[in-house]
Amino acid sequence: MKWTINGRSYEAEVDVRTTLLDLAREHLGLTGSKKGCDHGQCGACTMLVGGRRINACLSLAVMHQDDEIVTIEGLGQPGNLHPLQDAFVRHDGYQCGYCTPGQICSAVGMLDEVKKGWPSHVSADLTEVALDDAEIGERMSGNLCRCAAYPNIVDAIREVAGVDDREPVLETAREIGA
Amino acid sequence: MFGFGDKTNSLTMNEPVPESLLDTGAQGVISRPLDRVDGPLKVSGTATYAAEYAVPGLVHGVLVGAKIGHGKVLAIDVEAAKRVPGVIDVVVDFDTFIRNAQQGGEEGAPTQGVKQVDYFGQIVAIVLADTYEAAREAALSLPVEYEYKAGTYDFEAHKDEAETPPRGLIPPHYSQGDPDTTYDAAPVKLDVTYVTPSQNSAAMEPHASIAMWEDDALTLYGAYQMPTSDASQLAKSLGVSVSKVRIISRYIGGGFGSKLGIAPESVAAAVAAKQLGRPVKAVMMRQQVFEATPRRSNTEQRIRLGCDADGRIVSFVHDSLVANLPGESFFEPVGIGSHSLYCGENRRINHDMVRLNLGLTGSMRAPGEAVGMVGVECAIDELAEQMGMDPIELRRINDPLKDPEKDVPFSSRMLTRALDEGARRFGWNQRNATPGSRREGEWLVGIGVAAATRNNQLQKSSAKIELKPDGTAVVSSAMTDIGTGSYTIMAQIAAEVLGLPVERIVMKLGDTNDPPAAGSGGSWGAASAGSAVYLAAEALREQLAKAMEVDPGDLTLKDGEAIGGNRRRSIAELVGDGMEATGEIVPGKQEKQFTQASYGAHFAEVGVNVVTGEVRVRRMLGVFAAGRVLNAKTARSQCLGGMTFGIGCALTEDLIHDPRNGKLVNRDLAEYHVPVNADVPQLEVHFLDERDIHANPIHAKGIGELGISGAAPAVVNAIYNACGVRVRNLPVTCDKLLAGLPAL
Repeated sequence: MKWTINGRSYEAEVDVRTTLLDLAREHLGLTGSKKGCDHGQCGACTMLVGGRRINACLSLAVMHQDDEIVTIEGLGQPGNLHPLQDAFVRHDGYQCGYCTPGQICSAVGMLDEVKKGWPSHVSADLTEVALDDAEIGERMSGNLCRCAAYPNIVDAIREVAGVDDREPVLETAREIGA
Repeated sequence: MFGFGDKTNSLTMNEPVPESLLDTGAQGVISRPLDRVDGPLKVSGTATYAAEYAVPGLVHGVLVGAKIGHGKVLAIDVEAAKRVPGVIDVVVDFDTFIRNAQQGGEEGAPTQGVKQVDYFGQIVAIVLADTYEAAREAALSLPVEYEYKAGTYDFEAHKDEAETPPRGLIPPHYSQGDPDTTYDAAPVKLDVTYVTPSQNSAAMEPHASIAMWEDDALTLYGAYQMPTSDASQLAKSLGVSVSKVRIISRYIGGGFGSKLGIAPESVAAAVAAKQLGRPVKAVMMRQQVFEATPRRSNTEQRIRLGCDADGRIVSFVHDSLVANLPGESFFEPVGIGSHSLYCGENRRINHDMVRLNLGLTGSMRAPGEAVGMVGVECAIDELAEQMGMDPIELRRINDPLKDPEKDVPFSSRMLTRALDEGARRFGWNQRNATPGSRREGEWLVGIGVAAATRNNQLQKSSAKIELKPDGTAVVSSAMTDIGTGSYTIMAQIAAEVLGLPVERIVMKLGDTNDPPAAGSGGSWGAASAGSAVYLAAEALREQLAKAMEVDPGDLTLKDGEAIGGNRRRSIAELVGDGMEATGEIVPGKQEKQFTQASYGAHFAEVGVNVVTGEVRVRRMLGVFAAGRVLNAKTARSQCLGGMTFGIGCALTEDLIHDPRNGKLVNRDLAEYHVPVNADVPQLEVHFLDERDIHANPIHAKGIGELGISGAAPAVVNAIYNACGVRVRNLPVTCDKLLAGLPAL
């Protein structure tokens, strides 16, 4: 079977039970997408399929042979990072890094959903969505981060979404006596 | 395992170290909020975690957990598994497999032997196949025959059988003066019992090992926090020399205590790899992580506080009940913070153990304080209310000038300052002490405070630095970075002392082939491994001074250049063919002569929905004093993480075991509720400027666990202030609040 991932063609023989996540991790050497629960509960495996974010652990590889699939590796690499990847580094939107590829892929998909005007559970106005902290928190809650970089993830996304109107939260080293 | 000959700069902390090169360094990178040096790898999916190494000929192993809570495995139908296409074998080694994970830092094997089943989910076999799918199918359907025995699964029902556990980090029982008589005689008394549930670290990366044998030597890529002692545990479990075991843990997807000691997948993978003569990968399923890796014990804490009319505590009693498996010595040190947090000449801090057939209990982020502070800090809040006193004032009055049990001073202690600074920043003066007095629509709003404290530990650790002729430095150590920022802060320390830009520091961590270190646990990592790096750099600085022919005191190192004696030369030039040095830090008398801990204060504002009882944390501030902050960005993130663990502890986290068979009911991330993004507001963190010269030569103290210690009680106290319902049984879920909320 063949797949197009990050614009590149891949070929592999897989079990019909092989998930899209295991295809990437175990067969194609694309280990950037993470397995945290294998049950669609944590979001660490989030990939973009046809531009939409999905839990790759809940989808079978055989369902995706005609799809455009983007994983974290395809968003950007060191030296040429995607703006969200870069923002996650600067805002420390991670700690251990394990949920991070899923967070970033999810954020890319989420921002596109907002751009299309899709409301969420917390949207005050169903026709015009304002991307505030509550919106980001709600829309990113499918991606668990046990290190709990949530406030920094929100800041990184705000910046890339162009709603970064807050004072920087980080105190300077001088203030802490460096 | 230690000892490196003449080139080791070893320091035993017998004396304070008032002068630190980090204060006089010219590079100006220490404490700066630099981005993580490993950041670009992590955000691009190119950092390699344990299960992600491409190893030729790899066999997939899936573990099999027992489906009874107590009894014996009579038979495993290996042939049935082998009928599944793709399955190679089932490895059953009843004697060698470990019953449960080991505790962190132990040198020996954990309890071995799995024919007897002592808890539901105990790993009894590993199924091996060419594909993950085949191994999983056969593992999930493997016929196992059991002999059932009655088990003890119900904490409540067995409380009366509690026994005294062996000594751990603290003695299980401690008494001073006459706590009971003075309590009875005290004019003001509080006697309350707080209950905290069992919890799971729930690190995002499941425990994973890839085991490979070459002749009689084992290399294991593992998700481990403490590779040096883990290698020893693994060697003892397998009956091989520790020199034959190498553990590599370059990136670890979170640990929070659950990866301190070896877990069952490591031994199973190693045994299977040996038997098959092929490398084996074993990754725990999330449900197995919940069942067969350490959990935090549930606790029942009875706190009795007796004080005089002015609020000065005369009797401080903290009696705790905890649980663990039969035969295990670890007990959750619930009262560890209580030993030195507040005054009280008469004291008792006891721990007793209920033996249960439930999974191993062990260290989870801030063992002791994380839950012990719930009891104490909520009790203080209750006592303050009873006395009509501000809870910050009550804490101030009882802030001791020296250790209330030992006749020794504190190395540094900024508890009251943290409370005051936090009060100012959070707007504590806006608080109405009468619960339920602030309402916004459907929401009752309140604020709460709690102290933070976490004991400080230094652990023997070493690191090597090689200065290369190209002017770069390679720092290597068996220390780990589990998300804490070790890669970055160790690079900053080396850069500061050696006068190199951080970009010129190459970091190598997580490999037992490199100098041994205590790894990441107990918040000692940065201070211990960081001191080792500091000492190695100090030795190299002396070598550079010698090459420069100046006194080290007259040498300035900056941006890759050495300046001294009116000369300026590049470090690369001075290095010649290369220089290297190893640094080693060893705990000494300072930890006996001074009580060492980090301190802080948590403030929380919550809304309680009057209709549903739902609790939302609206604001939260942590003010912390933990010695020198080595990187303002990563240190803040550590605190954010700790505070969020506190939110989970207060509101949602609760491992539930079926009292009929010990089966964990909520063994996945959909049913065990860790805080999600929407549960956590934009938390605020503020650090107080502090140096601790008694702790170590870099003057830093632990920070990773300070943020959780006291966070949950701040939330619980805020809930009380919001709605007037005092919940003493965590987590504070809607059902526990509803009955006490005002009528609609």
